[in-house]
Amino acid sequence: MASSLHVATRKGLFTYARGGSGWHHASTAFLGHPVTMMLSSPDNQTLFAALNLGHFGVKLHRSADGGKTWTELTPPQFPKVEGGEKDDKAPAVSQIWSLEWADPQNPKASKALWCGAAPAGLFYSPDLGETWTLNEALWTMPERARWFGGGTVDSAMHAICVDPRRADRIAVGVSCGGVSLTEDGGKTWRVAGHGMRSDYTPPEQEEDPVTQDVHMMVQSPTSPETYWIQHHNGIFRSTNDLESWHEITNAPVSVFGFPVVVHPKDADTAWFVPAEKDEARFPVDGKVVVQRTRDGGKSWDVLTKGLPQENAFDLIYRHGLAVDETGERLAMGSTTGAVWTSDNGGDDWALLSAHLPPVYAVRFA
Amino acid sequence: MAQVHFTSHLRNVAPNEAVQAGGDTVGAVLADVFARHPAVKSYILDDQDRLRTHIAVFVDSVHVRRNILDHPLKTDSEIYILQALSGG
Repeated sequence: MASSLHVATRKGLFTYARGGSGWHHASTAFLGHPVTMMLSSPDNQTLFAALNLGHFGVKLHRSADGGKTWTELTPPQFPKVEGGEKDDKAPAVSQIWSLEWADPQNPKASKALWCGAAPAGLFYSPDLGETWTLNEALWTMPERARWFGGGTVDSAMHAICVDPRRADRIAVGVSCGGVSLTEDGGKTWRVAGHGMRSDYTPPEQEEDPVTQDVHMMVQSPTSPETYWIQHHNGIFRSTNDLESWHEITNAPVSVFGFPVVVHPKDADTAWFVPAEKDEARFPVDGKVVVQRTRDGGKSWDVLTKGLPQENAFDLIYRHGLAVDETGERLAMGSTTGAVWTSDNGGDDWALLSAHLPPVYAVRFA
Repeated sequence: MAQVHFTSHLRNVAPNEAVQAGGDTVGAVLADVFARHPAVKSYILDDQDRLRTHIAVFVDSVHVRRNILDHPLKTDSEIYILQALSGG
């Protein structure tokens, strides 16, 4: 099981290590600064931390020694457009929302990374984040002009799924821009959101695949034809390599929420953390629960053991839920600074901390 | 030469002491500073070389609020690059 847990928060990056007596705090980095995303290598030595300093913009740091020391890199930036210095509409990265290895089978040797931003540009680095290039093909895809913000002013790219079968097949999830797919390493893209449905657009546009508000998307590593989405108004699944999505309507607590993770060895098992609804973003009835399906969404377990069941208002953001390579160990961090872990697939949860800053992302290593 | 002071919040990337820099506008003076201290630039300007929204600029004791980078300077202007107060 994973023995390290990184927790990216509004006030720093906190790392926990698993010892004989459970998880313990191992290190803190960037204390006081918002860390919106992080990424680690499989050996947990090469780390990336994306910061949003607010006044001073988006920053990117890399560690080559497991987080002992960090080096600031030039973050992804949109190319300067002619007259951009006088144009309020010219794009500038306002947040790094996603960071992934471009070759997950061979991450450190390839040195290549993908980064998703708000506005929803996709950036590529061939050299461990030293340099970044906007993927122009996706940015200039005609449908991209219809993307819009959901929760952020601009559209935001929060999910980058690099296909484990071939690294040049990449699906990205955008809020609100549905799913886009490339099968040639980013040279060409096509819309892959067919079958999703929105309830926040005029009725005739409900099935428009371009404006779907994907909150989070994950791909099964062992059955990579299967993807799961937590959407703004529903849960969707694709089992045919993104040819289509179908809606799963029977989640027992709520179909609204942000995160989803899929079991690394069983594409039918996925976890979601529900919230009341769009206009009431807190746990239903003040109870923090996890919804788990083990049969592709036919039936569900509502997991509550170890989680607060009254007067709790923890919301779990889209990157605030993680599962390790065994599928047994999970971690979950909330907007009110609580982090829980489970060692048995979510049947039982243990509180790791109730006093962290608001949690943006949790990742195992 | 203008004198440019940076907020202490930028002490990790900006000079701690005032910087002497040449130019007849705020933007020109900052460009001169960035040429010698390139790490500072992305903290002050965004991808399009616009002044970041929450950066406050004072020139000769006046809080400049519009067309800041084009604001004209005297030869001995004193510029403070500060952060607007916000957040929590």
